[in-house]
Amino acid sequence: MTKQYESVIGLEVHVELATRTKIFCGCSTEFGGAPNTHTCPVCTGMPGSLPVLNKKVVEYALKAGLALNCGINQYSRFDRKNYFYPDNPQNYQISQLYLPICHDGWIEIETAAGQKTVGIHEIHMEEDAGKLIHDEWQDCSLVDYNRSGVPLIEIVSEPDMRSAEEVTAYLDKLRLTMQYLGVSDCKLQEGSMRADVNLSVREAGIKTLGTRTEMKNLNSFKAIARAIEAEKARQIELLEGGKPVIQETRRWDDNKEYSYAMRSKEDAKDYRYFPDPDLVPLEIGDPWIERVKSEQPELRTEKMRRYQQVYQLSEYDASIITGSKKLADLFEVTADICKMPKKAANWIIGETLKCLKEHNMEPEELILSPQHLARLIQIVDKGKVNQNIAKDVFRSMFKADIDPDDYIKEHGLGMVEDPELLTNAVAEVMGEYEKAVAQYREGKTKVIGFLIGQVMKKMQGKADPGQVGEVLKSALEN
Amino acid sequence: MSNKLDKEMIEYVSILAKLDLTEIEQIQAGADIEQMLDYIDKMKELDTAGIEPMPHIFPVRNVFREDEVVNADASEAMLRNAPNQSDGQYQVPKTVE
Amino acid sequence: MIEQTALQIGQKIKQKEITVMEAVEASLMQLRKSEPKLHAYVTENDKIAERALKIQEGITMGRYDSPLAGVPVAVKDNICTKDLRTTCSSRMLADFMPVYDAQAVENLKRAGAVIIGKTNMDEFAMGSTTETSSYGVTKNPWDETRVPGGSSGGSAAAVAAGSAAYALGSDTGGSIRQPSSFCGVVGIKPTYGTVSRYGLIAYGSSLDQIGPIAKDVADCAAVLEVIASYDQKDSTSVKRDDMRFTDGLSEDVRGMKIGVPIEYLEEGLQEEVRESVVKAASMLEQAGAVVEYFELEMTEYVIPAYYVIASAEASSNLARFDGVKYGYRAGNYEGLHGMYKKSRSEGFGAEVKRRIMLGSFVLSTGYYDAYYLKALKTKKLIKKSFNDAFEHYDLILGPTAPSTAPRLGESLECPLQMYLGDIYTAATNLAGLPAISVPCGVDKYNLPIGVQFTGDCFQEKKIIRGAYAFEKMRGAWELPFMKKEVC
Repeated sequence: MTKQYESVIGLEVHVELATRTKIFCGCSTEFGGAPNTHTCPVCTGMPGSLPVLNKKVVEYALKAGLALNCGINQYSRFDRKNYFYPDNPQNYQISQLYLPICHDGWIEIETAAGQKTVGIHEIHMEEDAGKLIHDEWQDCSLVDYNRSGVPLIEIVSEPDMRSAEEVTAYLDKLRLTMQYLGVSDCKLQEGSMRADVNLSVREAGIKTLGTRTEMKNLNSFKAIARAIEAEKARQIELLEGGKPVIQETRRWDDNKEYSYAMRSKEDAKDYRYFPDPDLVPLEIGDPWIERVKSEQPELRTEKMRRYQQVYQLSEYDASIITGSKKLADLFEVTADICKMPKKAANWIIGETLKCLKEHNMEPEELILSPQHLARLIQIVDKGKVNQNIAKDVFRSMFKADIDPDDYIKEHGLGMVEDPELLTNAVAEVMGEYEKAVAQYREGKTKVIGFLIGQVMKKMQGKADPGQVGEVLKSALEN
Repeated sequence: MSNKLDKEMIEYVSILAKLDLTEIEQIQAGADIEQMLDYIDKMKELDTAGIEPMPHIFPVRNVFREDEVVNADASEAMLRNAPNQSDGQYQVPKTVE
Repeated sequence: MIEQTALQIGQKIKQKEITVMEAVEASLMQLRKSEPKLHAYVTENDKIAERALKIQEGITMGRYDSPLAGVPVAVKDNICTKDLRTTCSSRMLADFMPVYDAQAVENLKRAGAVIIGKTNMDEFAMGSTTETSSYGVTKNPWDETRVPGGSSGGSAAAVAAGSAAYALGSDTGGSIRQPSSFCGVVGIKPTYGTVSRYGLIAYGSSLDQIGPIAKDVADCAAVLEVIASYDQKDSTSVKRDDMRFTDGLSEDVRGMKIGVPIEYLEEGLQEEVRESVVKAASMLEQAGAVVEYFELEMTEYVIPAYYVIASAEASSNLARFDGVKYGYRAGNYEGLHGMYKKSRSEGFGAEVKRRIMLGSFVLSTGYYDAYYLKALKTKKLIKKSFNDAFEHYDLILGPTAPSTAPRLGESLECPLQMYLGDIYTAATNLAGLPAISVPCGVDKYNLPIGVQFTGDCFQEKKIIRGAYAFEKMRGAWELPFMKKEVC
């Protein structure tokens, strides 16, 4: 008889904060840059250097904590986590263990089975490490400290998740939330969001937790899903075989689809946390918290609701559009300018998403402006161009955010205004395709499509097919 | 009350401290630490129930800096003292993941 | 001229009686004479001539206000000086060239100071005799068979030998005051947070302060005024309204309440030291101060708490010395961790390694609560005992060290005994208090004895007043080099 097991999963997610400077010094956090050009004595651990806390980091941490329904520790401190590694210039990381800034929050996720609440155990601030590159040629490693000192918040969940699907939903929600807050762009692939998975298994129905392992090096949602399945299977196999699960850190290799233990006797994993004497404690008073609360931007759920109410969008449409803050902003400003929310929504869900997919771009990379999109919508609405031409114009707007009026004028794309041109074209076509005309008059009304097409061709597409159809119909029936 | 540090403990601490001690040094270190701990144990006499640990002397809180870039490219200066560098990066033996 | 105080030299320079170059040359000449025997310096500033000329030019143009402009200073070798080798007297930093000046050094430079060189110290400031230096010991100018004290032994010896008009030291458990006492000069440890720690290579971060060592109290007060500043680069730097320490230079101690802790005069104290303190107390009393003997409490817990906290912080502060970014990297190692271990084991001396081991131990899992947290709680109680004392007293008077300078080689035999020598000084570091050591007499071997004035936080002016008044009452004080040709 096979036992039923469930996996119990908790996540530790590191989020890189989008501040201009590092957490403890005035170096730029800008991505890229030649190695070690965004460094100073502080973030390279030079003797005699001292850290000074970036206030914006605290602000962002508060925003994140409040958005995740956390309690704020109004007295909070920094501790040193001591371990030796070359990407860690001081061989200690300044983090928060004993008194993290936020505690006991929650977030709601949507899964196929419905809504679920995932608890947030705590959120704390810490500094990022530098980057290690392995040089195969010289058989050594190279260190770049540009990233050392970049501010992070670590979001530690309760072990409330039970499947890869829930984990993905959780990460998605976290990412969206951070984006909406503007505190991070949260890109898993770029490393501005990193997730470590803690997983244990237990027989269904048992309340106690099994021994858990920690998995690292999970660089995509797919990798996370695969890793979870594999680890669950591995642990079950051990238990079924009467062997214990060892608490350890495992590194996931997504190419080989397996994990291996990162055991090293060189690393006692005893971090000897103690309060950092170089930094003074934080006191976060009620006024500060209230101010951050009042300045909190609208989050995704609220926005969705508002879009349904105010703009009369369907739940589905609202959901798609609010799936990215950039898209939502684009929609809202466009809708407010042209006052045609349904049309704006259609353009976003239709052409915009289509173009993004074709160009393999993220919504955040959109350069299309709402002013121009709104103008295009108005132009179409007034009948100045037809839908097809509008789509062409849109593509150019997508690429270079051109002004639609200018573009239409330059390329002469405006629909023909003169009704005589249309009647002439209709007459010409009817003359050229007498057979089709005859067929229509015999009752094969579907042939009108072909004739409309021919008229459109003659007019170089600069006519409204609906209008053409009407003129043709009346000409054919007379 | 005497503190006793066994060899395993000394080895453990030297891993934490990233120090390579010879046999003799290990024994000496053990003896030194034991002696100091015996003396430090004096603190046990003190009744500190209900006393909060005091990491910081002054009740100063909230020392911040603004989120403004103030540092320019200092890579040349930073690398000046590097024992081993390559391509503007610090070079170390291969790190094992 | 080297017999003059820093302020006197500064005055002469200002009044164009001597040039900066002449002042520097006099110091250098004394250095040549004394160094072969004393070895107070690790590095001499080879750019000193150009600096002297530059400062002279500036003074002539009226660019420098400070009373210390043009005066030669020696800087302890754990304080970063840009482009001037800084070693902490360790093999680990044998070739280290800081890329910036410590804030205290920047303050001095802005005031027109001329740096003679970097002085010898106990390695990474860990020690009480300057014998743990990797560059050889420094000898006490009063008796070359004896230690100058530590860890700022080189700085104190340089001042006592006349090769620098004044010096900077650092104090974590007594490292300015004790060598000042052993070398018969004056040293101040300011209130924690008064002098920026930016650029001070950290030992015990919650305890360290940079401070002046000079021939007399007035000099120390003047130097402190220059080096003290609120520094945004140091989160523990304290914004103080009142840093005009020279205002404390008054001889009037009438009505000042001075407490002398009974515990400080108990056994373990060299008899002549006890007598000196008692004599100092009665002199002050005669001058109108109210002197009382009282129970300070907590004295016996100072050393345990101090060593736990200092070692713990040191074990973490010294982790950055790993051969990766700067400093010593061993040859012939295997792998990354091999490089770490070999570089650190070869780069650090025995005392440093001992304290790193102890510090790592007291922070490790299972021991953190019993040792480190306990020490932090003890620290709180120690602070409280001082707070209680300062409710009643303006100043606390006591010895600086339990004895005069021991012979070379004696102290390292028993580390624990050496640690106990910090008993009168370490408490002030734990509590963040200001303290000053002033020479008050000599013992039968003609070795100087220092007496220490401790004040409540931010009360430098009070301790300066007490010390200054006492100094005046004590009368003239001759350093060895002043008595005869060679020190």
